[in-house]
Amino acid sequence: MSNRYIPHTEEDIKAMLEKIGVESIDDLFADIPSEVIFKEEYDIPSSMSEIELRRHFKELADKNENLIVFGGNGVYDHYAPSVIPHLLERSEFYTAYTPYQPEISQGTLQYIFEYQSMICELTGMESTNASMYDGATSAAEAMFMMVASAKKKNRVLISATLPEHVAKVVQTYAKFHGVDLSIIPEKDGVTDLEAMKEMLGAGDVAGVILPSPNRYGIIEDFTGVADTIHAAKGLMAMYVDPSTLAVLRTPAEWGADIACGDGQTLGMPMQFGGPYLGFLACRQSLIRKMPGRVVGVTTDGSGKRCYVLTLQAREQHIRREKATSNICSNQSLMALYATIYLSLLGVKGLREVNTLAADGAHYLYSRLIESGKFHPVFDKPFLKEFVVKTDLDINKVNEHLLRHGIMGGVDLGDGRVMFAVTEKRTREEIDNLITLMLEA
Amino acid sequence: MKYYDKLIFELSRPGRKGYHLPADCYGVEALKEIPSDLLRKEDPELPEVSELDVVRHYTNLSSKNFGVDTGFYPLGSCTMKYNPKINEELAAMPEFAALHPLQPAESAQGALELYYNLQKALSNIAGLAEFTLNPYAGAHGELTGLMVMRQYHIARGDEKRRKVIVPDSAHGTNPASAMVAGLEVVEVKSKPNGSIDVEDLKPLLDDTVAGIMMTNPNTLGMFETEIMEIARLVHEAGGLLYYDGANLNPMLGKVRPGDMGFDIMHINLHKTFSTPHGGGGPGSGPVGVAAHLVDFLPNPRVKKDENGKFYIENGDKSLGSISSFLGNFGVMMKAYAYILSLGKENLKNVGPMATLNANYIKESLKDDYLLPIEGACKHEFVFDGLKDKSTGVTTLNVAKRLLDYGFHAPTIYFPLLFHESMMIEPTETESKETLDEFIEVMHKVAKEAKEDPEMVKQAPHTTLISHPDETTAAKKPVLSYRQMKG
Repeated sequence: MSNRYIPHTEEDIKAMLEKIGVESIDDLFADIPSEVIFKEEYDIPSSMSEIELRRHFKELADKNENLIVFGGNGVYDHYAPSVIPHLLERSEFYTAYTPYQPEISQGTLQYIFEYQSMICELTGMESTNASMYDGATSAAEAMFMMVASAKKKNRVLISATLPEHVAKVVQTYAKFHGVDLSIIPEKDGVTDLEAMKEMLGAGDVAGVILPSPNRYGIIEDFTGVADTIHAAKGLMAMYVDPSTLAVLRTPAEWGADIACGDGQTLGMPMQFGGPYLGFLACRQSLIRKMPGRVVGVTTDGSGKRCYVLTLQAREQHIRREKATSNICSNQSLMALYATIYLSLLGVKGLREVNTLAADGAHYLYSRLIESGKFHPVFDKPFLKEFVVKTDLDINKVNEHLLRHGIMGGVDLGDGRVMFAVTEKRTREEIDNLITLMLEA
Repeated sequence: MKYYDKLIFELSRPGRKGYHLPADCYGVEALKEIPSDLLRKEDPELPEVSELDVVRHYTNLSSKNFGVDTGFYPLGSCTMKYNPKINEELAAMPEFAALHPLQPAESAQGALELYYNLQKALSNIAGLAEFTLNPYAGAHGELTGLMVMRQYHIARGDEKRRKVIVPDSAHGTNPASAMVAGLEVVEVKSKPNGSIDVEDLKPLLDDTVAGIMMTNPNTLGMFETEIMEIARLVHEAGGLLYYDGANLNPMLGKVRPGDMGFDIMHINLHKTFSTPHGGGGPGSGPVGVAAHLVDFLPNPRVKKDENGKFYIENGDKSLGSISSFLGNFGVMMKAYAYILSLGKENLKNVGPMATLNANYIKESLKDDYLLPIEGACKHEFVFDGLKDKSTGVTTLNVAKRLLDYGFHAPTIYFPLLFHESMMIEPTETESKETLDEFIEVMHKVAKEAKEDPEMVKQAPHTTLISHPDETTAAKKPVLSYRQMKG
């Protein structure tokens, strides 16, 4: 029986069966009807040693290509200081469960408190939870929060400029939960605010979700929008890129009530789609409508400062079918990731990340327009990501780039292509990208 | 060692730096081109600390935590098995870690093959047709599975089927997931032995039933022996059977959910397939379905063409998307490595050994602790507190006293069927010696409860902190450093 993860010797098994008072292991399963007992072998490979396992993973790895990435669309190739993986490998962090026993979980509880503090600083919001799965599901939860807060109203508006992968998930959640979801049209690459005003007119809207930057990388101007939404007795949620909040106007400064988004941009590996980090923050008045774990500071019996899970009466394991969300575990270790990243960079480092990325993106944009083969689409401010139109065959261009180890811009259809630049790209890489695209 | 309790913010000194980025050589000042109305007015207060400050701070915090690597973690229903180290290493391989989720499929064939292989392996282990690996966690898998259930009825034009039957012993997440999926929850009663009361179930099975959610073994660790009858009744009524994979571990090598008649299930890779719990995620909650439900699985899906090439597809009958991309891929890599490490020769021993361990603890302790249900349990079992109720020592007291002895506490006050529930799950990765140590300590605590009940009620005594004031924390919540400073 014994294997490197299963320690039982024949002698152990014998002694244990004796203590239990049965003859064989099978006796412990005697209550199971024989017709459902699985009598075959699993159709999976034979047990591998570490050497064979490494070889197998290397074979798979060799079928992947690590590209120089100029695509974004919600996932960005930002840099992660080497300290982060080393600290995340502390197994006291990663082999722990949710911190139900505060006496032996102060490490987890304290970093979640620090994480919450930093998310509040970035978004300007007063409260946040211990994390969500990803940005898209955090936006869906923001939708539920708005409906739950509005009592009788069941209609939510999302902007057509919300990133596509986020909108899709919000739509799925709305469809099944029975939320009446409408899309505010876009105009010149930004939310059509006149149309929004009209849609709010009936007074039946619980809330609105607006993006910054939006699905085209544009930084939208939401001047007066919060007042308009609040006048219609709705809530305003913003879907934001937390990395950009070192420089861009915050959800709180726009007057929003809820902020959500994806923490992948805080230096997390792209990892083919996950794990990333959803975050959800809100004004203090909405805290009891917010799903997920929350950590608060308190003191212990001897007066020492310590941290505990709090406000648990909101949660699914207490409220059961009366809960407003079913989330329990989240992405705790990725919250630690974000916390360490933000500690290392601080506000100055995060500002530098944005400056380098934006300067690189604007440099690429100018060079593309100068080439005469790419043309402006929207005349709107952007940071690290932008859309241009081209006469070139994008498929052909991207195939050519792939042969040179580059992931080109994301094809948005109609000759429109969207590029992203991070602090990891160099001027040489950008110059080379342009040369290759023009020769394709 | 010195007691450490500083916050990272309290180490901050203006001007200190923990990063170094390349110089800007673009000759552009992009931020100046952005209208000032769109820019942030006031800086966020983030720490300004050195790299060493950060390393020492978080290393110190880690030492205030208890993990599986620290000691035995008999947390019922959570399957806290050993997290193999090589899996961490493999998941960090740059050839996977640096893959953009939208890069062309032809440049990510290895990753897609891994996703596909894991999906196939889980399908075989579960006895179901196909899996999606997109859901991020167990609760997310439940939600996805229930969406599949509803989509199936919607596609058949039978939209009145909105009722989902959930046992009263089920975990709170089951009814919460059903609510989020737009279903109505109807509870079915448990018999005194914790199994579903088939007589109570029958009248609930009308033409508004979408399906039933079950775990098997149930939350008491007991196998639902009438499962085939339940499956027949639910199917006859036009409903589907959902299997909550929280308790899949003891079934490995013994029973496949698909063979018991289940149509949909989720698996917690962070329980059954050894991926770390991470202090509360990231997990992964793949969802498997029987052949007639495959088309309803969420988008995107990973497929293989006749030339052996892998590609991503968005099906038009799908329920929609429930994740940004293909889920927590990094977690899947670890589960895949675990399945290959055990292989077909050893994976089948997981259920039997997990079951042996649980029964061994149960039989060794039932003289001191009240065992409400006799008979062979599977991977876990529930005590209704100490047998001797005269001391006033509660399950909470015992749990806290265990911390003094270097063990994590069991799951307590769940399931709700008993007042003093104490749910113990040892997993197969623990040796007889570890179990014996735990058994000895549990006997000792029972003895202490008799001889010095006040001491046990005041536990823990040796932890870094004790008796946190949770009432004040909830009444006046202080959730950030800014709020703490006032």
